[in-house]
Parts: sequence; C-alpha cells; structure tokens
Amino acid sequence: MRLRHLAAALFGTILAVAPLLQAQDLASFEKRTTVKVLPNGLTLIVCERPTAPVFSYFTLVDAGSADDPQGASGLAHMFEHMAFKGTTEIGTTDYPAEKVALAKVEIAYAAYDAELRNLVHQDPAKLESLHKVFLAAQADAEKFVIPNQFSELAEQNGAVGLNASTGEDSTQFFWSMPSNRLELWAYMESSRLAHPVEREFYKERDVVQEERRMRIDSSPTGRMVEQFLATAYVAHPYGRSGVGWESEISQVTATEAEDFHKKYYVPANIVIAIVGDVKATETMPVLEKYFSTIPAGPKPAAMTTIEPPQFAEKSIIIKEETQPFYIEGYHRPDYRDPDDSAYDAITDIFSNGRTARLYRALVRDQGIAAEAEGFSGFPGDKYPGLFAVYAVPLPGHTTTQMRDAIHKQLDLLKTTDISDEELQRFKTRARADLLRGLADNEGLAHQLAEYQTRFGDWRQLFRDLDKIDAVTKSDVRRVANKIFMDSNRTSAQIDFQAPTQRAPASTGGAQ
Amino acid sequence: MNLFSRTSQALSKTVISTEQSEWRDPSISPVAPPTSGAPSMARLWPWVGLATAFLVASTTQAQSPEPWKQIPVPPLHAFKPAEPTRIELPNGLVIFLQEDHELPFISGTILIRGGSRDEPAAKTGLVSLYGQTWRTSGTATADGDILDDRLEAKAATIETGGGVALTTMSWSSLKSDFDSVFTTTVDLLLHPAFKADKLQLAKSQMEAGIARRNDDASGIAAREASLLVYGPKSSYGREAQYATVDAVTLADFKSWHDATVVPNNIILAVSGDFDPAAMEAKLRSTFGSLARGKATPKFKADFTGPKPGVYVVDKKDVNQSNVAILGLGTERNNPDYYALSVMNEIFSGGFGSRLFQDVRTKLGLAYQVSGAYGSSYDHPGVFEVTASTKSASTVAATQAMLDEIGKLKTVPPTPDELRKAKEEQLNSFIFRYDSPDKTLNEQVTLAFFGYPKDFLEKYKTGIESVTAADVSRVANKYIDASKLAILVVGNQSEMTTPVSTLGKVTTLDITIPGTPPGGPPQQ
Repeated sequence: MRLRHLAAALFGTILAVAPLLQAQDLASFEKRTTVKVLPNGLTLIVCERPTAPVFSYFTLVDAGSADDPQGASGLAHMFEHMAFKGTTEIGTTDYPAEKVALAKVEIAYAAYDAELRNLVHQDPAKLESLHKVFLAAQADAEKFVIPNQFSELAEQNGAVGLNASTGEDSTQFFWSMPSNRLELWAYMESSRLAHPVEREFYKERDVVQEERRMRIDSSPTGRMVEQFLATAYVAHPYGRSGVGWESEISQVTATEAEDFHKKYYVPANIVIAIVGDVKATETMPVLEKYFSTIPAGPKPAAMTTIEPPQFAEKSIIIKEETQPFYIEGYHRPDYRDPDDSAYDAITDIFSNGRTARLYRALVRDQGIAAEAEGFSGFPGDKYPGLFAVYAVPLPGHTTTQMRDAIHKQLDLLKTTDISDEELQRFKTRARADLLRGLADNEGLAHQLAEYQTRFGDWRQLFRDLDKIDAVTKSDVRRVANKIFMDSNRTSAQIDFQAPTQRAPASTGGAQ
Repeated sequence: MNLFSRTSQALSKTVISTEQSEWRDPSISPVAPPTSGAPSMARLWPWVGLATAFLVASTTQAQSPEPWKQIPVPPLHAFKPAEPTRIELPNGLVIFLQEDHELPFISGTILIRGGSRDEPAAKTGLVSLYGQTWRTSGTATADGDILDDRLEAKAATIETGGGVALTTMSWSSLKSDFDSVFTTTVDLLLHPAFKADKLQLAKSQMEAGIARRNDDASGIAAREASLLVYGPKSSYGREAQYATVDAVTLADFKSWHDATVVPNNIILAVSGDFDPAAMEAKLRSTFGSLARGKATPKFKADFTGPKPGVYVVDKKDVNQSNVAILGLGTERNNPDYYALSVMNEIFSGGFGSRLFQDVRTKLGLAYQVSGAYGSSYDHPGVFEVTASTKSASTVAATQAMLDEIGKLKTVPPTPDELRKAKEEQLNSFIFRYDSPDKTLNEQVTLAFFGYPKDFLEKYKTGIESVTAADVSRVANKYIDASKLAILVVGNQSEMTTPVSTLGKVTTLDITIPGTPPGGPPQQ
C-alpha cells in the first residue's frame, strides 16, 4: 500500500498498476502465498510482500535438541553451529585435499578418544602422543580452510540478522537480504543443507562449551532451569540439557555430527519460507534449480519415548549466595491436543499485561513479588511440555510465599469460572497479535514455516483464531483441574545462603 | 499462537529460555535513548548504480573456483523510502507524521527532553521511577488500574518510560479505537495523577533489581564498565542505591513533569493508517494551545575516560570470565565517524572481522566476543572490546583481544579487508530504511539530537569515500592502549594465570550499600 501512495504522489498514473495490499486476512494471503513440495520432499513457501526491495527467509529443520542421540546431548545445537562453517565449495581452498585431511582428523581423534575413555588401563604417555597426533592432523586440515567465508559472503552481500537457533523441537536458520541477492542466497542455503563440511569442528566445540558456561554454569537461573527440567522428566529428552551436558558436549565428534545431518537434515524434514520482494512465478524456478539438488532421504522415524505420567511431586532446593527464585511446572499434552488453545487462554489470563492475575495478585496487591508469570509449552510443545509458573520475590519475601500465592491462583482457576471480560480479552488480543505480526518479513517467514511444519498447512496460522474463539470458560476450568494437581508438579527454588556456609559451586566445566 | 510463546515470552528470553542462538549480541551503545532505532534515510537515491558497482567489484576477485561469482546480481528494484512529514507548531512542538496503510493500526510516541542524566545524584533512579509511576497512577479521571482494564480489552497500549536523555509516552491501537485511546494519552500527558501506592510499587521493583544486581556476572560487567569509563560521579556511571530510591517523592515527579512537559521540549511522532490532513488538524488543535516553557538545557559531557589498570570483581559461582577492555569513544558528528565505522567493521563487524576470526574461530576462546569504538549522538560513546571465556583462559583471551587492538595501528587494512568492510555496510544499507517505521525513527532521532536530516545520506557517501589510509589514520589518532582499562568479572580461584600478569590489579568492591526497606533476603 505504501508503494501505491508513493507512486501516486510521484507519478500519478502508476497507481493503477502498482500492487495493492488488501485487508490482512487469509484470503489476501492465499493470493500471494505459494507452496511447492519438490520431488525430493523439501517444502518451499513464497509469500509476496513487495513493500521494499528486500526479503527474509526462514529455514526450519524439524529436528532439535530432543533428537540428540543418547550420550551426545548438545549435538543438534553443535550441528547448527557447524552449518556456518561452509560447504564443499565455500570455505575451502582445495576441497578434495581437505576431505582427505579431515578424514585423518577423525581417525586421529577416535584413537585419542578411545584412550581418553579407557579409564582402567589408561596410559598417560600414549594419551599425550595420541593427542599430539590429533593436533597435528587438525592443523594440517586447517591449512585448507578459509575461515568464516560462508557468513562473510552473506554479509558482504548485505545480509542482516544472520543467525540460527536450536530449540528442543526444531532448528532454524534465517537472515534478510536485498532482493537482488535471492539467487545467491538460494545457492548458499541449498549448499549448506546438502553439502556441509565439518571443518574446524573441535574448535567450534570449544566455542559451544563457552556458550554452555555463559548460559548455564555461570548463570544462577540457567543452572536452576537445567536442574528443573532434568527433575521434571524421567524418560523424555526434554529433561536433557539442550546445550548438552558438559561431559557429552566435550566428547562429541564430527563423525557424529555428520550422522546427525544424514538422518535429520533430509529435504522431507525441512520447510523454507521466503517473504518479501519476490514473485512466486519468477522465484520458484530459481529455488527449484538449487534446492532440488539436495539428495532425498526418508523422513526420520517418530520418537518412541513418551514421558510416563508423573505420580509424585518432585522438588529441588538450591541453597547458594543468590537471591531467591521460584518456579514450578505441570505436565501438559503436546500442541495437537484439542485443548491447546485453553492452555493459551490460561497463559494470557495469568501473564499478559497489567490485568494479568499473577501481576495483580502477587505484584500489585500483595506486594511480595517483583514479577510473576505463567506460560505454556516449556521447554517445547511438539511433545508434551510443561505449563510453568514462576515468581521473583521482593527483598524480604520467601520462595514459600511465592509457592503459596501461586497455588492460590491455580486453585481459583479450578474452582471458579474465569470472567467474561478475561475470556473476551484473550480472544481480542490473540486476533490483534496475529495482525500486528503480518507486516514484518522476518516474523512472517518464521510463522509460515512453523505452521507449515506443525500442521502441514501454513493457513492454520489464521485458522488458529477459530480454535481460540471456541474456547469456553468451562474449558479453562476443566483443563486447570486436569493438570494442576500436586502429583503432577515439579518445583525448583533458589534460597539465599550466606557465603560462609556455602558449599563449593558445582558448575561443571572441567577441562 | 501458542507455537511461539515458548520463545516470545519477554522475560523468559533472559531467564528461562532453552534456545541457543548462534550469534553474539551486536555492539550496543549503552547510552542510546530508548527511541533510537536502526538509523534510516531521508532522501531518494539511484540504487541501480550501487548494486552494479558491487557486482563488478566482486567479480574481479579470483582465488579458487568460487562458483557463486557466476551468479547474477541484477539491479535492485527501484525504491522510494517513505519520508515522514515534519510539522512545527508555533509553540515549538515538533510533529512527524508517517502514513503506513498496510495494517489498520495507529501508533505514536511522544519524546520529552530530559532524562536520568539530568536527575540529581542524590535521587538517582528518579526518572526511571517517574516513567513507571506515570502510567500506573493514571489520570485524575481514570486511575491506572482502570486504564489497564480499558486498554487491554481493546488490545491497545499506552506506556510511559524514563530514559537516559528523555522520557517517553507511547500509544498503539487499532485504527477504530484511535479517538478514545488518543484522548486518554493526551489526558495522561497533561493531567497525570502521581499516586503514593504506585510509587511504592515502582520502588519495590527497583529495590528488587538492586538486591539482585550481583547475581548475574554479565550484568556486573556492564555496570562496572560504565562506572570505569564515565566515573562514579557522572550521570552515565552512577547507579541507583536503596538510599537514592528511598529519597524520591511524589513532589519530585510533579516538578519534573511541570518542568519537562512543555511544547518546545517535545517531539511527537505518529505512524499508521490515518488521513494525514485530518491527523494534522487534530494534533494542531490538541497541542497548539499549550504554552511554551523552558526547554531542557543541552547536555554537557565532561568525561575523561577510565584510569588505566586491571580491575577485578571476584565471583565464586562462575566458571567463565567476563572480560572488557574499556576506553572513551567519540560523538557521531565527528568528521572521522565514517573512517571509524569502517575501522569498526574490519575490527569486529561480523563473522569475517579480525576479532571474531581470531578470538572465536582460530583460538576457540569465546562464544561471545564483540567490540567497537563507540559513538553517541551528544556525548562520547564507549570504546569497548568484550569476550566471555573460561576462567583458565582469562589472561590468554585478554591478551588476544589486546593484540587485536594493537594491530589496528600496526597492521593497516588490506585492500580485501577494506572492500569487504565497505560492502558489508553499503549492501546492507537498505535495511536502515526498508520500513516506514525505520525512516520515521531515524528522522525523529536526528531531530531530537539536532542532527541534519540528511545525516544518513551523508553517511553512505562518507563510507564510500573511506580509504585504507583513512582507517590507519583514525586508528592511530583514536586508539591509545595506554589509556585503556581492563575489567575482569570472574572466578579468580580458577584462573591458572593470574590477572596480575596483565597489569596492576585493583579489586572492585561491589557490595550493595544499605539494606532494602522490605528487609534482607531470606537465609
């Protein structure tokens, strides 16, 4: 619409030909959104939003930390890092020679690793010499590396917001670029999905361990949340550290990363959305040219593990020289559950804005907490996740007070219907939030890719509003009674302990 | 919508996120006002020439096969960024209008000069408390709690905030609710009713922040860095304490409001789906009758930079050190700003930059590493190079960072480095003005700080003309290793090489003075 106005102002007559963006509803999106599933199984979505000569893309791989193999937690995240290391063409001075050198690195590392794990008969001299052989092989392979060439090439061509993230449920890659670089992007993205090279793997492993130290070991809430999830889950991988347990992430190998790629980065497991100054008729053939070369593979088998029902309350208490914090969580079903929107309603009523129940009760009226919120689907929702509630006590107030006050709010939800205003507010805000997100290439690309992955149809992004509109007061009460039970609860708290009594910090991170 | 709630929780991002992100934080200006978004542009340029020029430049580079160089880069589609309309009322109030009809919303921001850097030292925290209490108290006719109910039922917002250089009021609503939401905004702007219970609420939250500020190592590092660079007496270095928070009264708010909310101290920016003539008429009739007052005086900076040395905060519960190398930066109107920007890009601009290549990729010593010779609009920014590294490699990482700083002067940029740095800046330039909100933010920020409206256009030309000699010249002129301080927040018992090998060590005392009025933490 902006184009029309400017065109009208500047040229008058161009008005008639310039594209008009009509009302932001499903019908308007259907007109400018094209989906194509390539013969190799890859799904492409192109959404035309020609407001400026730029585009954003979002690649969603339907595999995340929950898919880390047993004994190799952190591998999905490690692979995400490696996806910036280049391809058989980008980041190397001589790939055939580098390939040979990298194979030697793996052999040398495997020998060193075997001795390292040989706990009973370990020979220190042998270990040291094997380590030297490994370091030499690594140095040899590095001679062929053009470091960071992949990311640099993107940045030189105007990429912004270049990043990736690994969640429990999926791994995503994204950036924005001037629209005249679309073909270059298609070349780069398809090559790293099809032909990534695990170069500089063991140095990147050190980088990832620094990331672990930053997010978990050296952060009181990071440490607490890791323990909280490990306690809440006995069988499902949602209980494992996404960044990886220190012992495991320090021992994963490039070979394991390659295997992970082979299994999970198959086209049938990937959806890519492109939004911006693109025309489907012109763009699709370009995308097909590059992305159809990715070799097909079977979609990975669904996970067998289902978290067994919890039948006893579990809690952990951390005593350290840190200000108090309280969190608790209740197992809930996954996102496909018919009551999914009722959990959203509870999140909204508990946490959204200054009318939220937890804010009004714990922060405003009782004056015991600095913050209090509840939210659904933690640490993921592809598999049954938690509905979690936390509160940050004000100085002079205890975690026990937080817990009691939270339980009072949960009980109220179970015994009394929510008000008409609360229900209506939830629905109004859900609609407005959806609308507000539609004028943003980056956010749209994310949403289209995510809904296409989860529901097999991006249109569900709009249809979700019908599910939300259908939520009733009794749904909320029923769901609350279903999950907010003592036996379904896991809690974690930090209680302040003065430094003199403190036990040594158990922060992992051994070298 | 629930699919995204796991990552879109504002707080869980910092406290309870399980997502791991690849990239480090972009270099930030710790002193930027809350309104300064990504810079943007004002004029219309011939884009075709630029895109082609770079295509040619790129293809002249030949090493290995590099098949991507065969991929055509067509001229960028012509694009005329939306420019906001500027209106100045006779009483000095400046209005920017930006039409954007893509979605049926209307939003606005009111920028009022005067912020925390102008508050009395004995009442540090005043402006922040004011920013919270203003909205939560509400107006004489509708208290804050009633506003919450009314606005949230419409999925609308009105918010107030206290920043470093300004206070703000902003609103946003569906177009159909504009009249009622705007009326309330104006009522809140002109007739606030600061209330004791809401001041108390804001105070308790701020006290909780003070009580918790030593729990997070990166937070300690950020705070102590400002303190070292700007000094404990400066308005950029000092921090709120229990006593200074306690000293703030409702009367302070009243006089702050009376002094700052005058038309010649205000910039108003409105964007969204409206008719500009009708909007202009409405704003003129609403604000035209306000009487002029005394404008907030220009901020005078008097910073000398840190006292060189090694400063250490010992933190027993971490296994990673936050390292920062610190000095004073410059202002954005410095004629050397363009050359310094290119220098920054070469030094730490992206994955290909020297600092990232060395400390992260080559040495594997850090996940988070960044740095920039920073610049702010109306006072010197911070020259800051930071990294987080395991305790044992604290000294090695610091040494690597110092080496890279030194090389800025001794190793001039290669032609390849210069070309890449300029391409990164120029090819991504479109993202500074690819949405109406960005161009609006840019113009408002420039107007707020009294910069010419074509600043961004000049910036582009400025970057284009930077030479390798310029970069060397500014590196030698501005980088002085003897004036830098080193800050380490970490666990000294785990550091195998002592930090004293880096220089004379001063241990910083971060004990929080006093106790919170609510009582000490539970034990």
